[in-house]
Amino acid sequence: MKEQIRSLVKTVGIPRLIILSFLLLLLVLALVTGMDVKRLLTDSMVRVGRNGLFVLALLLPLKAGLGLNFGLPVGIICGLIGLVLGLEWRLTGLNYILFASVVGTGLAVIAGYFYGVLLNKTKGQEMMVGTYTGFAMVSLMCIFWLLIPFKNYALIWAIGGKGLRTTLVLPAQTAQFLDNILSFKLVGVGIPTGTFLIFAIFCLFIYVFLRTKVGLSIIAVGANPLFALASGIKENKARMQATLLSTVLAALGIVIFAQSFGFIQLYLAPLMMAFPAIACILIGGATLRKASLIHVIIGTILFHTLLTITLPVVTQAVAITGEAGDITEVLRVIISHGMILYALTRKGGD
Amino acid sequence: MIEFKNITKEYYGNTVLKDVSLVVKKGEIHGVVGENGAGKTTLMNILFGMPVIQETGGYEGEMLIDGKKINVKSPKGAMDLGIGMIHQEFMLIPGFNITENVKLNREITHPNLLSRTVSQKMETLNIPPMRKDTREALKEAGLGIDELLPVIGLPVGYKQFIEVAREIDKAGTDNLKLLVFDEPTAVLTESEAEKLLDIIRLLAQKGLAILFISHRLDEVIKVSNRVTILRDGEKIGEKDSKETNIMELAELMVGRKLKKLEIGFKDKSAPMNQSVLKIRNLEVDMPGELVKGIDLDVKKGEILGIGGLAGHGKIGITNGVAGLFPARGEVFYNDIPLPLNNPFTFLQRKIAFLSEDRRGVGLLLMESIDTNIGLTAFYVNSRFSRTHLGIKYLNARELRNWSLKMINELDIRCVGPHQVVMSLSGGNQQKICIARALTMEPELLFVSEPTRGIDVGAKQKILELIVKLNKDMGMTVVLTSSELQELRTISDRIAIVHHGKIVDILEPDTSDVDFGLAMAGIRRVEQ
Repeated sequence: MKEQIRSLVKTVGIPRLIILSFLLLLLVLALVTGMDVKRLLTDSMVRVGRNGLFVLALLLPLKAGLGLNFGLPVGIICGLIGLVLGLEWRLTGLNYILFASVVGTGLAVIAGYFYGVLLNKTKGQEMMVGTYTGFAMVSLMCIFWLLIPFKNYALIWAIGGKGLRTTLVLPAQTAQFLDNILSFKLVGVGIPTGTFLIFAIFCLFIYVFLRTKVGLSIIAVGANPLFALASGIKENKARMQATLLSTVLAALGIVIFAQSFGFIQLYLAPLMMAFPAIACILIGGATLRKASLIHVIIGTILFHTLLTITLPVVTQAVAITGEAGDITEVLRVIISHGMILYALTRKGGD
Repeated sequence: MIEFKNITKEYYGNTVLKDVSLVVKKGEIHGVVGENGAGKTTLMNILFGMPVIQETGGYEGEMLIDGKKINVKSPKGAMDLGIGMIHQEFMLIPGFNITENVKLNREITHPNLLSRTVSQKMETLNIPPMRKDTREALKEAGLGIDELLPVIGLPVGYKQFIEVAREIDKAGTDNLKLLVFDEPTAVLTESEAEKLLDIIRLLAQKGLAILFISHRLDEVIKVSNRVTILRDGEKIGEKDSKETNIMELAELMVGRKLKKLEIGFKDKSAPMNQSVLKIRNLEVDMPGELVKGIDLDVKKGEILGIGGLAGHGKIGITNGVAGLFPARGEVFYNDIPLPLNNPFTFLQRKIAFLSEDRRGVGLLLMESIDTNIGLTAFYVNSRFSRTHLGIKYLNARELRNWSLKMINELDIRCVGPHQVVMSLSGGNQQKICIARALTMEPELLFVSEPTRGIDVGAKQKILELIVKLNKDMGMTVVLTSSELQELRTISDRIAIVHHGKIVDILEPDTSDVDFGLAMAGIRRVEQ
């Protein structure tokens, strides 16, 4: 029995157990202070489904030895282009989501290819190059959003009539379209079934993909490039495939994110989108050397539940003590960046 | 005089050293032998005050230098006490030149304005005397190279001698009392090792106490005055080197009767005339192992040995044909051209390669035994594959069964096929490499340094296995090895390489003299 507990603790990992107990403590606290716990849990579920694909997109680059893909915004921008084009042509519902996905994927394949070429030319500093590629792309697109000649008045600035607004609202038929598919309430907690299903399908896809030749060649290249060479695997090709797929998943990720959120945020919004996702996979127990699907799933659930539950509860607690004000956003940034910093200091082990 | 008294050490309840005592006198060379995991490294970690010892609860017993009890808290503390070490893995900074490496942290300096006002650490380097000292140390280490060469790119043998030169230099200037050599000859050729042993003797004559740790028993007997044998953390015995022999040491070390490496020559009745592999004018750019145009035929069903000194290109031949290093020339396999610089086709044509760099090239250290064994075969030959909905993926169950079979047949000591290979011993890792090659179902097998860094017990099993593959499964084998004894024991013919070219192809029972001459580049005269 003792042995079993020990091995369980070892597989789950002490940090995750601490976070889990912290979460349980918060839930109790929320109950005591009379907060709407069901609401908090529903919000957590929604956030998990909304962000899952971003975290999943990080898995393959990690496996390929490219490190954390700070260049996620490259893919996100491709998805955003699909999303705004769909709005311009007044598509709604399933048509809209499919259209945005197809356009986003197509663009992500092209962008991912060039991003992959760049990463192959800058071996050893992928994370730094990724960060700046993401930043550069976001800034470049700020110009694009301003110049794009759209005609739909719901999208462009009311004054001046040129350039897209910073935040676009999705029509009611589109917002939460996937979330609402087959959604149901479990003891009062809403489950966004459709979004979960999509996340599950992609997880399954990655699970199988990692057992195909391409997937295993990515794993081999990440684990030991010389072993890969001696096995007849082309290193640059495998790295390219990992980058490309990650970019595509990021593009699809923003489509899922936007439909669940109900808004599309342009301009500087994608700049920081990689960071919470990276914090997720790290909280899940991934390191630069070891990452798995389990880390993605556990990490997404822990991080986003932590965010949705901690912040209101803490705010509530702070409010009780008399200090008013919203510190949620500040805390979110501290947690996610702190987590990334922590993980980067632990390059070798776990 | 350095004394260990009743040293006991536990790691999480496992006793790894039990009541070990030993004395090294001034001017004495004391050998320490033991299999992997016998406790040699732990003993040295204690001597050097490695943090891992403190972190796991310290040790029992005491150490004395010249009768005074010492308490080593850190490697720096050990150095201050006059304990030095030649490491198994090189502790050299690649980007620095030889002088800078030898004099690192012990630079000769002269004061300047900044150092007088700010800190002594700002003193200027005084290069000429540093060069002079280094040149002398290098000379004593028997290394005739320029002391300003960068360390990066030097052959491994040279790096070892630079480490030695550093310690020689320390011995001349500092209060060095004890010098530890941890497997110093592991990366050296026989002649280089010979040279190193001479230097060690010289250092002992200068009054240093020397601890010599090695797998090569013949060396230990040759160089040391006394030998301590460790087995499973216990001191099994201490012998005077003059009164013991290799067989006795090996027996004490392994703890079971060990017969001399006697596998027996193959019967030569089967005619071996058909060449399966023809190499024509092969040139390989492998740093430190250049191959400069060789012709070589491998006959069907034979074990062809490739020998020669390190740095002369014997390792380059197989690495070049396998496509791991840029190569030019022509290679025919079964009379069909084999494209060079193309590992995939090489593997597809049913040739497998066991690299000499087991941990660097041969294994995915962080992955499971399963993955290591099956990945290449799945990738190249679609073995263990399964197709659903047009997607071809790895059949984990089929691979698991195959791994279990391999673990069983090759007697790989492990917890199970899911174990990560990093935690296995050298011998078992080598068996994983062999299993991986066998999974490719090769007809031709390239084996490079199969027994490097493997202890005596496992060595013989590896060689027996190679012979078994050759005899029973009809596999043609090309065996590259630095250990001539090994080549002569199991090969049918032995090609000797010198300066990137083949000098001669000898029978295994050719006299020692002819082998010696061939390795020096002199072809035997036909009678």
